[in-house]
Amino acid sequence: MNPALGLLRREIAIAWGRGGGLMVTGGFFAGATLLLPLASGPEPERLAQIAPGAAWTVLALSALLGLERLFERDYEDGALDLMAHASLPLEFTCALKCLGHWLATGAPLAVLAPLAAIALGASPALAPLLFACALAGGLAFAFTGGIGAALSLGARRGGLLTAVIVLPLFVPPVIFGGGALHAFDSGLPWRAGFALLGAYAAAAVAVGPLAMAAACRNALS
Amino acid sequence: MTLTLSLGDLSLSRGGRRLFSGLHLRLEAGQACALTGPNGSGKTSLLRAVAGLGEVDSGQIEFGGTDPGTARASGLHLLGHLDGLKASRTAGEELDFWTRWQGGGPEAMEAAVLRLDLLRLLDLEVRRLSAGQRRRLALARLLSSPRPLWLLDEPLSPLDAHWRAQVLDIMAGHLAGGGLILAAVHDPLPVATVALEIAP
Repeated sequence: MNPALGLLRREIAIAWGRGGGLMVTGGFFAGATLLLPLASGPEPERLAQIAPGAAWTVLALSALLGLERLFERDYEDGALDLMAHASLPLEFTCALKCLGHWLATGAPLAVLAPLAAIALGASPALAPLLFACALAGGLAFAFTGGIGAALSLGARRGGLLTAVIVLPLFVPPVIFGGGALHAFDSGLPWRAGFALLGAYAAAAVAVGPLAMAAACRNALS
Repeated sequence: MTLTLSLGDLSLSRGGRRLFSGLHLRLEAGQACALTGPNGSGKTSLLRAVAGLGEVDSGQIEFGGTDPGTARASGLHLLGHLDGLKASRTAGEELDFWTRWQGGGPEAMEAAVLRLDLLRLLDLEVRRLSAGQRRRLALARLLSSPRPLWLLDEPLSPLDAHWRAQVLDIMAGHLAGGGLILAAVHDPLPVATVALEIAP
């Protein structure tokens, strides 16, 4: 097994390990989605109308959960030192960490998101698109989120700082994905929104690791 | 890989404060340097700078004919207070990961486990290890992926008398095999052939 694969496995194992992981993220997602009918009233028509958007927004917020620890724990225990002087470029290492974060939390949430939307009353026909949006959007959230996590390294209460840095970066994917879902629901052309979401995710995967590695080097020096 | 380490007229600041300036050192294969100095004099910062973590103000850090990027990626080990071991993972998983990460093989890892008597500890979570056991696990990483230059920050401090002797023995073996050691220490380091004191 090569070092890159080993790192990916370790990232997933740590994300799923104690005090974090799938149950927590999934639980947060389910809980936050449940709050919505309580707050906005239980009329099925109204719920069905906002269900896809609600599932999509809560998905973006859930993506924030594990982010603060993505680089912080490796920074605190010295693992980032060892990763910074390795044969794998730090950019690649950062990309692998984000990929691991997405595989561990983002991808499972993509399965939960359509279920939550249908539970709130959205049309089941929407499920495949919501699943695809959640997959692509999760990738964008993980890779832009990684930038915020790396930038807030060493800051006190880095988790809050990460959220504040990252939420503006989440705006475009939320708009594109939400737009595609709304258009699909209303029988309008939805491909453009989805294509833009995919493009944003691709750009995040391409550019994010450069920014993360620079921020990590800065924090280590 | 064979390399030498030479520091020429090195100056270093951290947090806007000058730690030292005009530092010279030349370390050949088989030599160990005991780096001493009061707390906060910059021993750890010097080790990190050699490993490429952090900028220097002026001066050179050279590794003989080897390109610094290559030397840092695959020619040196940095072992400090922060050992990169995850508390929630088992000792075996962590040693396995770091061995692969640093390009070591299973045979060398097995030998390292035996040399540092870690076999009984491999199934334990790192958080259950004592400070000395944890240091031995970190040292096993050095043996399981052989690299010429060891940068050690207080390598002996958490170890008991028995393991101090053992680790000194391991260091002597590394030097005998053509390795180099730059170690920040408070107590005398018997294997050291060069002494370097950082004075503020």
